[in-house]
Amino acid sequence: MTQLPTSTDRKMGLVIDLDTCVGCHACVISCKGWNTENYGAPLSDQDAYGGNPSGTFLNRVHSYEVQPEQGAAQLIHFPKSCLHCEDAPCVTVCPTGASYKRAEDGIVLVNESDCIGCGLCAWSCPYGARELDQAEGVMKKCTLCVDRIYNENLPEVDRIPSCVRTCPAGARHFGDLGDPESDVSKLVAERGGMDLMPEMGTKPVNKYLPPRPKDKIEDQIDILAPLLAPVADEPKGFMGWLDKALEKL
Amino acid sequence: MTHQQPILNTSPKVSDEIRRTTCYMCACRCGINVHMKDGKVAYIEGNRDHPVNKGVLCAKGSAGIMQVNAPSRLKAPMIRTGPRGSGEFKEISWDEALAIAVGWMEPVRHEAPEQLAFFTGRDQSQSFTSFWAQSFGTPNYAAHGGFCSVNMATAGIYTMGGAFWEFGQPDWDHTKLFMLFGVAEDHDSNPIKMGLGKIKKRGAKVIGVNPIRSGYNAVADEWVGITPGTDGLFILSLIHVLMKAGKIDLDYLSRYTNAPVLVNAAEGPDKGLFLRDNDGKPLVIDRVTGELTAFDKPGVRPDLSATYEKDGVTHRPVFHLMAERYLADEYAPEAIAEQCGVPAKRIRAIAGELARVAFDEAFELDHEWTDFRGEKHTKMIGRPVSMHSMRGVSAHANGFQTCRALHVLQIILGTVEVPGGFRFKPPYPKPVEAHPTPHSKSTPDTPLDGPHLGFVRGPEHLALKEDGSPARIDKAFTWENPMSAHGLMHMVISNAHAGDPYKIDTLFMYMANMSWNSSMNTKGVMEMLTDKDENGDYKIPHIIYSDAYSSEMVAYADLILPDTTYLERHDCISLLDRPICEADAAADAIRWPVIEPDRNVRGFQTVLIQLANRMKLPGFTNEDRSPKWKDYADYIINHERKPGIGPLAGFRGENGDKEGRGEVNPEQLNRYIENGGFYVAHIPEGADYYKPWNSAYQDWAVGMGIYDSPQPYLFQLYVEPMRKFQLAAEGHGDRQPPDHLRGRIKDVMDPLPIWYETDQTGNEGFTVNALTQRPMAMYHSWGTQNAWLRQLHGRNPLYVPTKLMRELGLKDGDWAKVTSPHGEITVPVMEMAALNDNTIWTWNAIGKRKGAWALEEDAPEATKGFLLNHLIHELLPPKGDGLRWANSDPITGQAAWFDLKVKIEKAANPDEMTESQPAFDPLESPVGTGPKNLAWKVGE
Amino acid sequence: MHPAPSVIIFTTLSGLGFGLLFFLGLGLPAVSGTVAFIFFAIAFGLAVAGLLASTFHLGHPERAWKAFTQWKTSWLSREGWCAVIALVVMGLYAISVIFLDQRWGVLGVIGSLASLATVFTTSMIYTQLKTIPRWNMKLTPAMFLSFSLAGGALLAGQMRLALPFLLIAALVQILYWRQGDKALAASGTDLGTATGLGSRGTVRAFEPPHTGTNYLLREFVHVVGRKHAEKLRVIAFALAFVLPVILLVLPFSHFFALLAILSHLAGVATSRWLFFAQAEHVVGLYYGKR
Repeated sequence: MTQLPTSTDRKMGLVIDLDTCVGCHACVISCKGWNTENYGAPLSDQDAYGGNPSGTFLNRVHSYEVQPEQGAAQLIHFPKSCLHCEDAPCVTVCPTGASYKRAEDGIVLVNESDCIGCGLCAWSCPYGARELDQAEGVMKKCTLCVDRIYNENLPEVDRIPSCVRTCPAGARHFGDLGDPESDVSKLVAERGGMDLMPEMGTKPVNKYLPPRPKDKIEDQIDILAPLLAPVADEPKGFMGWLDKALEKL
Repeated sequence: MTHQQPILNTSPKVSDEIRRTTCYMCACRCGINVHMKDGKVAYIEGNRDHPVNKGVLCAKGSAGIMQVNAPSRLKAPMIRTGPRGSGEFKEISWDEALAIAVGWMEPVRHEAPEQLAFFTGRDQSQSFTSFWAQSFGTPNYAAHGGFCSVNMATAGIYTMGGAFWEFGQPDWDHTKLFMLFGVAEDHDSNPIKMGLGKIKKRGAKVIGVNPIRSGYNAVADEWVGITPGTDGLFILSLIHVLMKAGKIDLDYLSRYTNAPVLVNAAEGPDKGLFLRDNDGKPLVIDRVTGELTAFDKPGVRPDLSATYEKDGVTHRPVFHLMAERYLADEYAPEAIAEQCGVPAKRIRAIAGELARVAFDEAFELDHEWTDFRGEKHTKMIGRPVSMHSMRGVSAHANGFQTCRALHVLQIILGTVEVPGGFRFKPPYPKPVEAHPTPHSKSTPDTPLDGPHLGFVRGPEHLALKEDGSPARIDKAFTWENPMSAHGLMHMVISNAHAGDPYKIDTLFMYMANMSWNSSMNTKGVMEMLTDKDENGDYKIPHIIYSDAYSSEMVAYADLILPDTTYLERHDCISLLDRPICEADAAADAIRWPVIEPDRNVRGFQTVLIQLANRMKLPGFTNEDRSPKWKDYADYIINHERKPGIGPLAGFRGENGDKEGRGEVNPEQLNRYIENGGFYVAHIPEGADYYKPWNSAYQDWAVGMGIYDSPQPYLFQLYVEPMRKFQLAAEGHGDRQPPDHLRGRIKDVMDPLPIWYETDQTGNEGFTVNALTQRPMAMYHSWGTQNAWLRQLHGRNPLYVPTKLMRELGLKDGDWAKVTSPHGEITVPVMEMAALNDNTIWTWNAIGKRKGAWALEEDAPEATKGFLLNHLIHELLPPKGDGLRWANSDPITGQAAWFDLKVKIEKAANPDEMTESQPAFDPLESPVGTGPKNLAWKVGE
Repeated sequence: MHPAPSVIIFTTLSGLGFGLLFFLGLGLPAVSGTVAFIFFAIAFGLAVAGLLASTFHLGHPERAWKAFTQWKTSWLSREGWCAVIALVVMGLYAISVIFLDQRWGVLGVIGSLASLATVFTTSMIYTQLKTIPRWNMKLTPAMFLSFSLAGGALLAGQMRLALPFLLIAALVQILYWRQGDKALAASGTDLGTATGLGSRGTVRAFEPPHTGTNYLLREFVHVVGRKHAEKLRVIAFALAFVLPVILLVLPFSHFFALLAILSHLAGVATSRWLFFAQAEHVVGLYYGKR
């Protein structure tokens, strides 16, 4: 229940590649679709066709602009859902035990039949990962598609979260971040995967791969410029070069 | 108390059944798995087996379930009861609706078929709709390409036999440098994202050239925040630097392009045309023999350098003309840097990177192949530089030449149809010669004399009447825009309203929101649609419109033929049309009714067949006057364009074992359904690159029915048909342009790519560029009222660069007045730093008219959302010459949306403004409004 | 944070109620019979009304009993237990005082301590939240407890005790505001750490994920203008402390005492409104808001 397991057998989670995410929102809507039809109460929408539409989403894509000291501003698309923290404050604050972290894989879930909808877990989450469904009055959050990843009614290849399956750019990766030999762990090691708000001490399982350095091509001009040495300065000289070049073909 | 957790069923039932069909949330045409529960749509995901999306699916695709239950769905045929534009209708039966439509159209067909203008918007059945229009006999048919990306499509076909998107794609598996020009999020969305993902995984480089650093440009390693409309200049500068450094693929240019083809230099009517032999084949000098010879003679090695002397005239190859032009200092990076807003050093660095990757990272594939000259090659040389572009560079009045320049850049690097470069998808490559020419001769009660749209080879193919006046209502294929291969849908309403070149009786449109976001000068178009003549009759007497949803256009029609949603219909995405092929395979697909409509609606194509059957249109009627097909599914299976070639290429023949060519198979649709809704025919290894010149590919394509005979050809760096128009403008030939167009034709129809500044008349004082794009979650979608998607983009701010925000004293949420030579809007602003300093932009088509799309009147789309269209006119401001010039590309007629220049000033503080301006009166909603709350779960 | 009336009423009233119970448990004043009945009725009324108010914002109040299960980890659960213990013990104690004319002193002391513990656990529900730096301070329980004691003393008519408690509470309030204003900055959390992009340059929130609002924005993002907040602080401080102190110093009158209590109540409620409305949840950073 709201005591965190002392350790989990695996640490299943997502690795999100900020260098690749184009901000298309595919993951957002795929998640909405799967989780409206599946685990627990549907993700409802209020004023769906009116002046102030607002619904429950378990995954949202933000965007940020970064202005480096030198050079052009950069735009970074930033998907965010539950990070399935090792030290999940949302679990320990829950008064009813509805909020729990699974011992076998570390997934943080809400047992909706025990949820009183007090909202305290959402208050305790620094990432905005939990949303209280306005129709059902229970807390909704990313389940890491716990009803997909082990689902024997799905082909094995599809036993991944719906956001990962749908991501057109392949910017989302799913796996065991507790196993240093897993593909996701290697990716994190290779690309310098980072935690969000590490100072909060939540020890998120999900990692973010930072964008690669951008707008550096002019720094390579010394390497590139020799490639561009003119073969001739005049069209006539160019024709001379051409004849010689054609001879070599 | 130790840790405890509930027992959870981790293997719940997912669905009763999966029905596999094709998405239609946009134009991408991905394969989808529709999960059904209790006969209802429960969940939609991508189909892993599908050639387009391979399992992935975008936001629109996943939101399809909200489209199928959208409250804006039209429910039944309707006839207008209030005045046009009011939205007042009454429901009628299909029988009545069809009778009314036939009652309007049949007399037109008997007397003057051209008085029916039939234009389809987001049509994915153009081979069928054009067949219908041809059979009716009207010359006035086109789809929406003219206001979308005709520059890109046409420049690609004329230059290299195909363009981007459905024409071709980067070799994602091998490319090491991907260069993207302009807004490109709007087409081929999932394949490009998948491709970007692939190359990002390898750490390959992406260069984005776009004034706005959003979407794909946000993930680009290098961003070139270019000044809008100067892409062509930037590209020509890259060409300049590469040529000057000799970093060009001479072997490729000599073998596969018309760079070695000799150009007639003798004064006279043939000046600038190719030297040809008696068979009409362009001539080159063979490097082996030094002799003048046909370009395709077996064994010939065309010489890029040699000239040919005759009668004292030196005829030079195309490559000489290119060197002469592009080596000139006017294209040096330093000369163009300021105009393009890109530092010269950056241009050189990019050129250097292109050269480095194309030549230093070249690689070889051990694939044997034989070229069209019979020469055997043991290897395929890969030049891993690929490019992509779409609407961004296209929608300028210099867009055609810019797109041409882009292809020339690809070609001189030797990167087209080679490993790591850009690859065509069947039925492309396809040279201009393999395309039809335009046809426009209409005769009462007679089909048109041929296909409407095509590629002119010279003035002889213009769609002109004997008196020289335009044959088509949109004035496509006239001297004003000779190469308008997709027609000019954006000119139809204004021309029909003006009765110029003639009046029409009935305007028949499908999925085209012309009274809102699909028109320039939106308010003007609404006025034209409701304008009456001196007798009090509407100037456009009849308007028939088909749509599945209560769009803004519905209110401006007289008769509504309600379409189904995409999960309730048959469709075919045909090789005859705009198929779903990949570079490695030909592929086509179907849609089929995975659910039945719960309303009195019919698929539009079926309705066309029913109309044709009532009018007994020739193509649709057997000799015994019985109808050939009862509905669209019947047509898809049984229609044959040529013997053995029908809308679908797969499962042909009696046993369903033939592909491409084969007899009709009555079980064909069922076989498609069993196969996941699509069919793939793989291109054999060794035929998969160098397709335009590869004998193995050419033979395979003939077998598939793509060509009737092999069609090898040369890439046209120099486009001879353009020169023919210049010759006419110079006074040669029978068909002569009007004098006021001679100068422009001479200037812009240059057979080698040029860059020119677009017409700036009237733009004095309007100095800021204004652009639009559509968000990825909505591009090309016909459903932005979707309950899930509208939460992502329920309103559109005007994005203003930081520098302008500061200068104007604006902060987020303030309102700005934006003025153009044509109009004025007042809209909320948002700061964006990653944006060209002199460019503002917004998301297109978020703004809605009150009362449309079953949204409530206070919907943010209708109060805060807005259209930039109000600032853009289909005509340029008057120049004082007594003429009105179209706001379009003078070569193709492509609507020049992105040439817009504006002035921006602070309007008010947020508290003082309530609605974006201009605001329009609410429309009466024929479908009411949607439910307040949603919790859509069909299962237990 | 959204200043929901339910939580403002809850913390204000139950703080006062348990404060009064604290003093009654200690026999201050040592009332009995009808007078005791009135005192206990007021105390229980405030405490229970506050607790009931706290259930208004629950999505499923009918399951509220489940909140007693997680006392080992959850401050909210502990608060539930403390409140029940305090109310039961004080209830028994009240019966003894009102009806049996007995004073079971030990029971009273236990009840008093349980009442204070209830206020403390309430404060810890907020204090424990690292996500809200303005609450995540030792001064938060100090404030809740000192307010409860000052209000309790006032209600209990313990004028000699009320004065110092009011002065202490006033001091804690000032310190809380001073430290609270610096808390977010001092927490080290900003958009740079929130996104991990801080080392690359200045991070600015661009487009929000959805153009409309959502639960997170409604619940966690509430912007109070600085000038408006300063005005409210002056009002809260004047009503909660300055006016009651003046009224206490003046020659005693029942009217002044009642006025002091009402003024204090209004002041604490205003302060509580600010407690919520000014609290910045770090999730606001992701939305470019605080």
